[in-house]
Amino acid sequence: MEKEIVIHADRLTKQFGNFTAVDRISFDVARGEVFGFLGANGAGKTTAMRMLCGLSRPTSGTGTVAGYDIARQHEKIKRNIGYMSQKFSLYEDLKVWENIRLYAGIYGMKDAEIARKTDELLERLDFTRERNTMVKALPLGWKQKLAFSVSIFHDPAIVFLDEPTGGVDPYTRRQFWEMIYEAADRGITVFVTTHYMDEAEYCDRVSIMVDGRIDALDTPRSLKAQFGVHSMEEVFQALARKAERTE
Amino acid sequence: MTLKYLLEKEFKQFFRHQFMPKLVVLFPLMIMVLMPWATTLDIKDINTIVVDHDATGMSGDLVQAVNASSYFRLRDVTDSYEQVADAMEFGDADLIVEIPSGFEQDYVRNGSADLLVSINTVNTTKGVLGRAYIQMLTAEFSAREPSPAQAAPALVPRLEMFVKNMYNPLLDYKHTMVPGLMVVVIMLLCGFMPAVNIVQEKELGTIEQINVTPVTKMSFILAKLIPFWIIGIFALIVSMLLAWLIYGLWPVGSLWNILLFAGLFILTMTGMGLIISNSSSTMQQATFVMLFFIMIFVMMCGLLTPVASMPDWAQAIAAFNPTKYMVDAMRGIYLKGSDLADLWREAAALAAMAVILNVWAILSYRKNR
Repeated sequence: MEKEIVIHADRLTKQFGNFTAVDRISFDVARGEVFGFLGANGAGKTTAMRMLCGLSRPTSGTGTVAGYDIARQHEKIKRNIGYMSQKFSLYEDLKVWENIRLYAGIYGMKDAEIARKTDELLERLDFTRERNTMVKALPLGWKQKLAFSVSIFHDPAIVFLDEPTGGVDPYTRRQFWEMIYEAADRGITVFVTTHYMDEAEYCDRVSIMVDGRIDALDTPRSLKAQFGVHSMEEVFQALARKAERTE
Repeated sequence: MTLKYLLEKEFKQFFRHQFMPKLVVLFPLMIMVLMPWATTLDIKDINTIVVDHDATGMSGDLVQAVNASSYFRLRDVTDSYEQVADAMEFGDADLIVEIPSGFEQDYVRNGSADLLVSINTVNTTKGVLGRAYIQMLTAEFSAREPSPAQAAPALVPRLEMFVKNMYNPLLDYKHTMVPGLMVVVIMLLCGFMPAVNIVQEKELGTIEQINVTPVTKMSFILAKLIPFWIIGIFALIVSMLLAWLIYGLWPVGSLWNILLFAGLFILTMTGMGLIISNSSSTMQQATFVMLFFIMIFVMMCGLLTPVASMPDWAQAIAAFNPTKYMVDAMRGIYLKGSDLADLWREAAALAAMAVILNVWAILSYRKNR
């Protein structure tokens, strides 16, 4: 049975002046996949992700996300996706419940539904006592979990996570990936970038970007076989060595 | 209705800020209490030295007249110019009156006598007014002590003026300044706060999370606009109450007209602030650009110097200055009791600018670049 494609990129390119940040990348992501988007710093991961989310306009090439064109229908895409940026970007001067309520409200949820789902969420995260905590007072691990929860609160078709576990301790990272799998089980497609190669092993498929191009794309098992190595770490090292671009 | 949630957020952030809510009260307080006294253009106490070479009864009377006037502060009376030659250089005197020897004799015999007056005109306003005051003083002096040599005074044709001061009968400078200073309060609050607001969200990174939601540009900008509008009206009311308590000044015209004009004016300022915020990448940049415009707006609005006396090119620039229309309207409503029939041009200009600037503000907010 043919899998439904929810993200499609065709020779997607972004140039800033003379610098080609993303160089003709093409790939497809199927519904329900956990898709790892790997690459060294400065390889162009964030720029590519921002184009898919409708934050950045492609210089050339085409793409669709959730069936909408990324160049022309970016506001429609935004209805159907969640996004968690590399830099923590919830409001630090709002309380936990207020951040949830704000974003849920923006996505068109009603007061009663927001209140009910907020209770459920805080219960599930064992976070009820932090309901009225100002977000700036939360430890980083909790901030990241909250940001992820907010990004999928409105049940999007796809969630884009840009280095969601950067700077987070191994235990919380583990919990975070359990949350990612829960989301995938609910049918949310997960598009995630990371620098942790153990996390890459958890993905259904991974792509590895080098100097703005996608140099490898397959399941972790096939990639390891292809490079004749035993870990994703070694695959990454082999590819990253080829990079000519410095930050 | 996403606007509700966005407004909730804006108000919570505003009231949680440790400084902003205080500013909205402190600002009108400082400007209303201090500025009307400081911005006076009345010139008083001009430092004056009289060099009396004549030393007669009449020259003594003239010195007394200078001394008695509140416009002059008599620093010294001397009989030698050498002694005070450097006084103006060193800033001890702005006006030196020299009474030549033979002053009384000339006046009595010929019906006229000369005075030599030197005025420091580094500050031209002060210089011009100093000259006018001393002319007034000598005119009064010669009217009070007519020369016996003059032809019968009844035959000299004389024009006399009877002046009635309209709208500000006591010529109280503060009454002219207070309505204009209220405009400054609104301009600073409703110009600067939006100018740094969106760009701050850029610096913190929070705008990224907003930009990836389906929020419409219109809702986002309205959610920024509405709180500043309310803050501006609040600050105006605080200023008006202060003006009433401190200076006993309450608008002769309608309060509703004041609110109408303030409402339009706040929209122009906030719209401009938001455009600058949208176009800036750092808070410093936004602050400097806004400061640049505020400077021009204050200098070219008629608050301190009348726009009608400016050269044509400057008047042409001032025609695009919303503050000019607002200052005219506020002074008109406050002092003359002008209504919309008198001020419809100002209202139309402000309304047009408010629409243009806010449409521009919405368009300049880019969720996708």
